[in-house]
Amino acid sequence: MNEKMAQKAVVVDGQEIVLNGEKNILEVAKKANIEIPTFCYHSDLSVYGACRMCLVEVEGRGLMPACSTPPEPGMVIKTTTSRVLQARRMMVEFYLANHERDCTVCERNLNCRLQAIAASLGIDEVRFGERKEKLPKDTSTFSLVRDPNRCILCGDCVRACKEIENIGVYDFTHRGSQTKVEPAFGKKLSEVECVYCGQCSIRCPTGALVVKSEVDNAWRAVLDSDLMVVAQIAPAVRVAIGEAFGLPPGEITTGKIVAALKKIGFDRVYDTAFSADLTVVEEAEEFFRRLQKGERLPQFTSCCPSWVIYAERNYPFYLENLSSARSPQQMFGSVIKNFICQVENVPREKLVSVSIMPCTAKKFEARRPEFIHDGIPDVDIVLTAQETIRMIKTANIDFRELEPLPFDVPLGAGSGAGVIFGVTGGVTEAVLRYAYERLTGQELQEVEFKGVRGMESVKEAEINFGERRVKVAIVHGLAMLQRLVQDMRRGERYYDFVEVMNCPGGCIGGGGMPLEYPDYQEVLRRRAEGLYNADRLSVVRKAQDNPSIKFLYEKWLQEANSEVAEHHLHTHYYSRRRISDEVIRIQEAKSAQKVDIAVCVGTSCYLKGSYDLLQELLELTKEYGVEDRVSVGATFCLEHCTEGPNIRINEEVFSGVSKDKLRQIFEEVVLSKLVAEAH
Amino acid sequence: METKKESLVLSRQFEKVNAILEKYSYKVDNLITILQEIQAEYRYLPEEILTYVATALQISPAQVYGVATFYAQFSLKPKGEHIIRVCDGTACHVKGSSQVLKAVRENLGLREGENTTSDLLFTVETVACIGACALAPALMVDEEVYGQMDEEKVQQLIDRLLGEGEKADAV
Ligand code: SF4
Ligand code: SF4
Ligand code: FES
Repeated sequence: MNEKMAQKAVVVDGQEIVLNGEKNILEVAKKANIEIPTFCYHSDLSVYGACRMCLVEVEGRGLMPACSTPPEPGMVIKTTTSRVLQARRMMVEFYLANHERDCTVCERNLNCRLQAIAASLGIDEVRFGERKEKLPKDTSTFSLVRDPNRCILCGDCVRACKEIENIGVYDFTHRGSQTKVEPAFGKKLSEVECVYCGQCSIRCPTGALVVKSEVDNAWRAVLDSDLMVVAQIAPAVRVAIGEAFGLPPGEITTGKIVAALKKIGFDRVYDTAFSADLTVVEEAEEFFRRLQKGERLPQFTSCCPSWVIYAERNYPFYLENLSSARSPQQMFGSVIKNFICQVENVPREKLVSVSIMPCTAKKFEARRPEFIHDGIPDVDIVLTAQETIRMIKTANIDFRELEPLPFDVPLGAGSGAGVIFGVTGGVTEAVLRYAYERLTGQELQEVEFKGVRGMESVKEAEINFGERRVKVAIVHGLAMLQRLVQDMRRGERYYDFVEVMNCPGGCIGGGGMPLEYPDYQEVLRRRAEGLYNADRLSVVRKAQDNPSIKFLYEKWLQEANSEVAEHHLHTHYYSRRRISDEVIRIQEAKSAQKVDIAVCVGTSCYLKGSYDLLQELLELTKEYGVEDRVSVGATFCLEHCTEGPNIRINEEVFSGVSKDKLRQIFEEVVLSKLVAEAH
Repeated sequence: METKKESLVLSRQFEKVNAILEKYSYKVDNLITILQEIQAEYRYLPEEILTYVATALQISPAQVYGVATFYAQFSLKPKGEHIIRVCDGTACHVKGSSQVLKAVRENLGLREGENTTSDLLFTVETVACIGACALAPALMVDEEVYGQMDEEKVQQLIDRLLGEGEKADAV
């Protein structure tokens, strides 16, 4: 090495490494093929630097955290000294002291970073006390289980939910030995604003946040010879399940997954990319109609259940804009329970529909009441990639050696367009492939819309459809979405079509996928590439060219957006309250003859000035001298956010209440109620 | 009569909350001060008010809760009208402050985990040192110091305080 280069080099464990823009010592060490253990470092989150696992010794400076120390030329770094080892052991013992240690019965057994690091350090005793208090598990959602007894307070979930989703479900609470990481007021996940995406859970280094398993139900179904079990496989999982069996991320294992499921006992295996094609047709036709009429634009995609529930809670003004097309999972569920059961001649209740998904929120979606008919859900069981891997392992299948099998007939595989649904930008590209031909009447020559690909958090594109220029935006991660919506509401940005995915990278970054790796961004990039490769290898690359789609329309649906299609493949959305009902009592009437008034101070109404209404209302009760007969409260959501500000008088909701209107309502409704009561 | 007083208090409190938020320009940086002033109003931090503050400051309720539970000065449970602080400084500890604490709690009928009486009259706390070591074991009722406490004295004190409370109620 010459002098000049040496100036830009560091020494890691005796090996000289030339610096090339590495952000921290972790990255430099990787170049020397050394993987320094970490708990709180995630390449896509802010640096927290508190777990102290990554300590290394820097000559002349002592122990330094590798994750938050930038390399400086000339640094001499040692990653394995006796001080380093001692410090790491201490830290791990310290974590273990507060951590429930019954690894063999933990969901994360052999898939846990804490366990792996303890094993690699050869920890064989914990010198500190054991935790005494046992806290209850939170099993309140369909998606996740939170076991605070296994939490090591690394804060990864706190940052994931804050930085990726900007929801901030968790935070550090209390302090000292009482410190916890938990939702507000120690509530359950079902009682806070969680969208069930699992971004926290794939980053949790322990079994404190895990996917809620439906594996037992799945086994029960496949082992029951009375039932016909039909699976659908989502696009994203085909490029990730192999990772658990030593295959590189992005390797396409579709055929092996089909084969494994058949061995396990699934009777039929279908492709969710097929119903993604169906979604394309239905959603593009819907878009087409809206464009022509110039209404309900921009159209937002609706295949991501976390985004849908977020919109329902926060953007009541956009619910009309969400595509009414069901997600591919739910479309397939409907096809299975309404069409396949006829083809197979099996009664609905004997047909079990299982979906293999990258996503924890899909578990929630499958339980939405809109998708359950006469007590029978369209999708009975949702298995994440993690749970599917578990089943394959339980069945002792040598996954790598499996002979690939094709999907079953009559529905077969999806088109390449359906396959790329699994990556951010994919839905848009798939819709564009359809819409272009539909709108111009010309055959699309270049099917790849490169402009909508890539991992940037917001992508924009303008596409010429003959006369009309269509503006699209693609966003992943709700934090970015929130910023985009802000700009749109302020009129600073305009689009015709917006694709929203909750998870970074789209479904390939789903919360039910194999756990996050230190090199997560690289893993996502390769999974994305895997899906684009699968598309390239497809014979059929446009939804409209998929013969099975044509078959299904001929045999069942008639045409896109037909009445049958509307009934079976579309849905509707509701505004939902953000926070479980709590009324702030402001004025309490003790008289039995009273009227209850609640003013909504939820975000939407609050911004529209509901606080002034509250003041005015109190004034009015004073003015009429009925303070002791009118209860006034502030509440968080009356679920009519579009028409806010809202107030509720006894059980009746009044919307769009201005100050003047309030006086009128007060005089006409409240006072007359009081008069009536008094008589 | 009571109704009216109470609702006036509640509405004044809520107005205050909004005034406080306004005074600190709805800025997250001022969260601690905001919570302090709200607590001065309510004597504790009610859950729904914290949620309201989070909404107004556009941060997550978890973040507000995190701050509210981090600082010992904040209380998320209602506090009584009178605060009984049992000193647990070294001197008092040695002279049996834990017996004193036990006696106070028993006489007030507090159950395990409870620090405030259900009628919201008394809250019992322990404090590090009230500077009355000469009088150990000592306690304070609001601002007044009572020294050389034993079980019997505690009982007399509490009886008297409860009696006063009843008298006040009868008025
Ligand atoms: S599932 Fe998603 S929304 Fe819920 S706490 Fe985890 S990261 Fe936040
Ligand atoms: S739940 Fe998991 S990710 Fe969150 S702080 Fe605890 S150990 Fe870390
Ligand atoms: S302190 Fe560096 S990984 Fe946690």
